[in-house]
Amino acid sequence: MDLSFFVIQTLSGLASASSLFVIASGLTIVFGVTRIVNFAHGSFYMLGAYMAVTIVPWLLEFDRSPTLFFVGVLASALVVGVLGVIMEVVLLRRIYRVPELFQLLATFGVVLIVQDVVLKIWGPVDITGPRAPGMRHGIEILGQRFPAYELFLIFVGPAVLGALLLIMHKTRFGVLIRAATQDREMVGALGVNQAMLFTGTLFLGAFLAGLGGALQIPRLPANTGMDLSIITEAFVVTVIGGMGSVPGAFIAALIIKMLEAFGILIFPKITLVLVFLLMAVVLVVKPWGLMGKPEVASGRAVLPEGILNLKGFSRKETMVWVVLTLALLLVPILGDTYKVKVGIEIMVFALAAFSLNLLIGNGGIVSFGHAAYFGVGAYAAGLLVTGPLKAPMELALVAAPLAGGLAAALFGYFIVRLSGIYLAMLTLAFAQITYAIFFQWVEVTGGDNGVVGVWPSRWAATREVYFYVVAVLALTSIVALRHLFYTPFGYTLRAARDSANRADAIGIDVKTHRWLAFIVAGAAAGLAGGLYSFSKGSIDPTMISIAMSIDFLMMILTGGIQTVMGPLVGTAVFHSVKDFFMPLTDFWRFFLGVSIIAIVLIFPKGVVGALDGLRERLGRRAPTPATPAAVARETA
Amino acid sequence: MQPLLSVTGLEKRFGGVTAGKDVTFSLAAGEMLAIIGPNGAGKSTTFNMVGGQLTPDAGSIVLAGQDITGKPPREIWRLGVGRTFQIAQTFISMSVVENVQMALISHHGQTRSVKEAATRLHRDAAIGFLARVGMADMADRPVNELAYGDVKRVELAIALASEPKLLLMDEPTAGMAPKERTALMQLTSDIARAHGIGVLFTEHDMDSVFGHADRILVLVRGEIIATGTPDEVRSNQRVKQVYLGEAGSQAALKARRQAAEAH
Ligand SMILES: Nc1ncnc2c1ncn2[C@@H]1O[C@H](COP(=O)(O)OP(=O)(O)O)[C@@H](O)[C@H]1O
Ligand SMILES: [Mg+2]
Repeated sequence: MDLSFFVIQTLSGLASASSLFVIASGLTIVFGVTRIVNFAHGSFYMLGAYMAVTIVPWLLEFDRSPTLFFVGVLASALVVGVLGVIMEVVLLRRIYRVPELFQLLATFGVVLIVQDVVLKIWGPVDITGPRAPGMRHGIEILGQRFPAYELFLIFVGPAVLGALLLIMHKTRFGVLIRAATQDREMVGALGVNQAMLFTGTLFLGAFLAGLGGALQIPRLPANTGMDLSIITEAFVVTVIGGMGSVPGAFIAALIIKMLEAFGILIFPKITLVLVFLLMAVVLVVKPWGLMGKPEVASGRAVLPEGILNLKGFSRKETMVWVVLTLALLLVPILGDTYKVKVGIEIMVFALAAFSLNLLIGNGGIVSFGHAAYFGVGAYAAGLLVTGPLKAPMELALVAAPLAGGLAAALFGYFIVRLSGIYLAMLTLAFAQITYAIFFQWVEVTGGDNGVVGVWPSRWAATREVYFYVVAVLALTSIVALRHLFYTPFGYTLRAARDSANRADAIGIDVKTHRWLAFIVAGAAAGLAGGLYSFSKGSIDPTMISIAMSIDFLMMILTGGIQTVMGPLVGTAVFHSVKDFFMPLTDFWRFFLGVSIIAIVLIFPKGVVGALDGLRERLGRRAPTPATPAAVARETA
Repeated sequence: MQPLLSVTGLEKRFGGVTAGKDVTFSLAAGEMLAIIGPNGAGKSTTFNMVGGQLTPDAGSIVLAGQDITGKPPREIWRLGVGRTFQIAQTFISMSVVENVQMALISHHGQTRSVKEAATRLHRDAAIGFLARVGMADMADRPVNELAYGDVKRVELAIALASEPKLLLMDEPTAGMAPKERTALMQLTSDIARAHGIGVLFTEHDMDSVFGHADRILVLVRGEIIATGTPDEVRSNQRVKQVYLGEAGSQAALKARRQAAEAH
């Protein structure tokens, strides 16, 4: 490798690191103060880019000067900062005290809303921005040309770091940010100023994301996929750097981007795996990231948001479920093809959602990436059948849960080392990495298009017969999983969720039990994925996408995470509604986003939870508080 | 005879704060040993080092001849140490009896069992432990509906469920009414004597300490400044100066008189 190449590679790495840091610093600051992981941070970044491709060209009409270019960039960032303030006042304020799962979902609701709004305003076509006047040339470095704008970007990161450190140490606002990040108690003592601090922090965070986005326009056209692509990278940076630590984010961004710049020379295709390995190593050695502080594990004074007391079925409930199952089994006989298709999908998703609720509702393990295991199962089955092996469906359906379980064993090994919000971010990061691998490994997976021709064996080729294949496998798996909730193993998971300290002090190896649960849930999701691939006849990356993970979460939330059977009801309701409405509207994501936020704010116990509540109210006891915020308030 | 617990030269620092410095003491089976001292003295830190929740920077902890320094809580529990926490830690979504059943399930190594329903296991034994702390009649109440004093008693039943040799109780009576306090401490010392369990406890309530401890350690800023029988500690000038003060000494004296009358 010659020297000039080495230098150029280093410089590109630095430029990318610098940009990534600007964005991630905002995410980490917002987390430090509000303890909310803001999914919408990626949306702010995207909005920054769209604002800039709108404002900057307009300004350059007046005068093609570098000054006006940067005025435009700053103006875009300011507009996004104001959007951050609006989000804080309208939404975040209402959810500071609700459980993490709901916070994450609510901010994801914003992501969905922004996606459709951006689509409506700017359209689906990428918009190329103007290049920066005065920086359009290349600069000769050791005989190679390097873009001047990239060189400029290298300095932006350190400049922003310097400015942030100055703010943090020299202004009252900054000192408050640091104090709040280090000491939760102190925030409560702030009184009136708390609102100002939080609003100000959101402004700063959104401003940084917007700035990061606006600065990208000479190198990257504004496009509708920017939000989710950057949020994963920003998550990885904050997890590695330590959540809440600005210098940590700087170091992590540097390491990751340099690793990518040089990793690409050694392993051209799998730089992602390198990043994954780095993250894994860091988390094993320093679970709170390079410069993060451990969250002080405190006892739970608030009732958990998940499953409370387990009741067996009453005779009436057993009847209801038996009748429902029989009705379901009659669908292929009485219903049309469409109903059979929806029936299959509901059973498949119900299995996946049910397994997710073993983790979330029962174990308090908030997984934001359950689609990874579903998708791995789907791909394992699909590739076995279509690949060189030409394996039969029967084998593929054995392989699917094995693959899902294996992936869960691998990722879960790291995931269960963390807890709370850190854990949730890691599940998401792993899912996104899985997505990227399947997306990029075109020769094997067919990339974006996926692979077609995933058909069942001949005996199961008709929809009706396949329906019964799914029914047997999915329903028995669900019954088996339901049994788990009631066994000592299920109780142990719930015990660890209620108080990890207490569980540890009575001899329970919390991590190992969580890991086992992760593997079981991953295998069940993998089976669901395998079944799904045969029902669609194809596999494609949407099965591993973040949208899929969110759908699973919505299914269990719609049903209610406080109940064992809720996910089944939730899946049936959510999937039917989605299947019916999605073809009718161009704004499905907008409505989904609004529904998520509505569920979080007013209906957090889901359908089954609400029914239970109703029954209790009609019965004897006083109703339990309806919203998580109310629960938090009452016990605070 | 070899002591049940012997702690030698424990050190613990948090950044600039010294929470433990050359902490050395020992405890015999059936003995009640109290650690007292102002807030932030390092009492909870000492409990957490013995219980395995924190790893000491230096020093050693030996339980019945076996070195347990730096072992995780679950192993220390397996070797016979039960504990309660300063802020009670229970399984808040479960009923009272299920909390104790959980401890028994773990004690019998059944936490990975997927055969029978958990609620059917060890129910009678669990109710037996609840009876010991006077909570048997509340067995099927959800633990989150109990008064705080009752939660603490449930926690004690959980800790007893593994038949420990050593019981660690960090402020067992905090948040209780005075009458409840005396009852719980009496209960604890009865159980300890009857089963030969060593008890290490800490308290701010002078009645509990001077009425029930066999020996007392005084911890200030991470260091033991005095140790001895309740009467020795009560009359120690240094202890009076830095911790008890006039009111504390009076309360201690009263507690001693009452204890003497009771015997
Ligand atoms: N996990 C921790 N991190 C940092 N400081 C701690 C931690 N635990 C305790 N401390 C500090 O150590 C000192 C002793 O605390 P602690 O053992 O809880 O005191 P006590 O129980 O006697 O009131 C206090 O100054 C406390 O702030
Ligand atoms: Mg304490």
